[in-house]
Amino acid sequence: MSDLYLIFKNLTRKPLRLFLTVFATFIAFLIYGSITAFQVALDSGVELSADDRLVTVNKINFTQPLPISYVNKVKAIEGIEGVVHMNWFGGYYQDPRQQVLTFAVDQDSLLDVYDEILLSEEERTNWEQNRQAVIVGQSIAQIHGWKVGDRIPLNSNIFSQQDGSSTWEFDVVGVYKGAEAQTDTNSVYIHYKYFNETQSFGGDYIGWMGIRTQDPALNEQVIKAIDEMFVNTTFETETVPEKAFNKAFIEQAGNIGLILGSIVAAAFFIILVIVGNSMVLSVRERTNEIGVMKTLGFQSSRIFRMVLGESLLVAFIGGGLGITLSYGVVFLFNNAPIQLPVLVINSEILLRALAYIAGLGLITGIIPAVSALRLNIITALSRG
Amino acid sequence: MTDKILYDLKNVEKSFVKGKERITVFDQLNMSIKEGDFLAIMGPSGSGKTTLLNMLGGVDQPTGGEVWFDDSRVDTLSEGELAKWRANNIGFIFQFYNLMPMLNAARNVELPLLLTNLSKKQRKQSVETALELVGLADRAKHMPNEMSGGQQQRVAIARAIVSDPKLMLCDEPTGDLDRNTADEILEMLQLLNQKFGKTIVMVTHDPQAAKYAKRTLHLDKGEFVEGDLAA
Repeated sequence: MSDLYLIFKNLTRKPLRLFLTVFATFIAFLIYGSITAFQVALDSGVELSADDRLVTVNKINFTQPLPISYVNKVKAIEGIEGVVHMNWFGGYYQDPRQQVLTFAVDQDSLLDVYDEILLSEEERTNWEQNRQAVIVGQSIAQIHGWKVGDRIPLNSNIFSQQDGSSTWEFDVVGVYKGAEAQTDTNSVYIHYKYFNETQSFGGDYIGWMGIRTQDPALNEQVIKAIDEMFVNTTFETETVPEKAFNKAFIEQAGNIGLILGSIVAAAFFIILVIVGNSMVLSVRERTNEIGVMKTLGFQSSRIFRMVLGESLLVAFIGGGLGITLSYGVVFLFNNAPIQLPVLVINSEILLRALAYIAGLGLITGIIPAVSALRLNIITALSRG
Repeated sequence: MTDKILYDLKNVEKSFVKGKERITVFDQLNMSIKEGDFLAIMGPSGSGKTTLLNMLGGVDQPTGGEVWFDDSRVDTLSEGELAKWRANNIGFIFQFYNLMPMLNAARNVELPLLLTNLSKKQRKQSVETALELVGLADRAKHMPNEMSGGQQQRVAIARAIVSDPKLMLCDEPTGDLDRNTADEILEMLQLLNQKFGKTIVMVTHDPQAAKYAKRTLHLDKGEFVEGDLAA
């Protein structure tokens, strides 16, 4: 027999209470693990942004177009490594509810500016040479069962072809992977030239430009040069670092971080009250037994550690199970046929979870543990 | 009983404050207990029996005087030192047994041995010996709620003797038992005193129980009023 055995026996003496307490902790950490993974996935657009990449949009807002002629002018600015222009296609596959993030791009510069899009040499060659080519991300390919060699129809809910049809046919020439686990692979890319030649309106305009600078240190200089070049024109530009652009884009939907953080905080607060109350009750019921142990010669500090050990054990069992199952939730979401950013429980989430578990155990155990520490033997025995 | 004095209380005072009033329980109390003694302490409610037992057990400290045990002063020990001293020297038996309900008989008996440096094997051996001594070797795996009151008290006695303390303190050890079972328990205490030389101090209301002791002291209002020599 050891102190750990005594802790275990004390915990398991009321199995229903133990189950409910562990279950409550389990739910809290399941929520924490899943929601934090979701939040990190949302933030990954910002986190994975390259420091040497800029985005140039119309100064009015990013839904307004820019003339295609701007691209060559920007390319000539000193300090720029590459420029790719992009248009939002507004694509869907077969059914308007099956949205596909489709971008009409300059096929020759896309992979140089966005080097996190990984294609084989053969796929890259085919992508650059076939004007009807489309490269699709691994996730979206998996959702719709697309593979290299397929010819797929993509519809646009914005544009139409000159013959009135809103359906374009493309050859799948590559399924790209992401350089990082959280790199977006839900998008598809088509040739701007093909799109521009076949669309019925809005030709020779682009949505925005992705720009790679030769060095992040040159960002400020390049930003200034681009925006000054087009000042007082019909299409003034606003150039920002990609990180800032993505952050602002995500924040359009509201402060998601605050919303998710509030959900997690509420879950933790409720658990704190439930587990704390349960621990206080559990120790109060054992006042006489604690008095007996002290009478037998157990040091108060040892009993303090044992009570604290109980709350820590509950927190680690419940919290551990919750975090473990949140890996399962993340796995299910990542393999579900829905377009979501890749959810990942990274080591930072795991370490924070461990810290929260320890914190929860300590906070819920400290009051009963101090009560046990201070408990006077005579008072304790008189309550028997 | 030898002539060696195991416990010596010199001019002990004990008082406490209740509201605005100071209540004195003992004033200049003197008392000696020799090694191998079996002492019964009787007296009406409020006479100070339990307070005296608590002081002898080191769970309560006097407010004045000196308490000597085995030639060492114990009234000056800190709370932590007293806990260690209790673990090494005192075996406690309570009226309501006070066994841990989630532990079986053997585990309950083993509890004080967690405060020693004995190995797992040595602890197991000691527990078996103690349970055999109280006649409950076959009940080692039984939980307290599976045993009668008498059996529970015998487990409590095994717990009190397992670490071989010099002094056993019994607080109404038969107060919750029927006559026959009480006699069995008292015979066991007598055996421990006579055969194994354990020094025993027993607080009781029961004159029949007191007959098993070698001597009886009567307390009234914090003073020994009759019976055997009290100082």
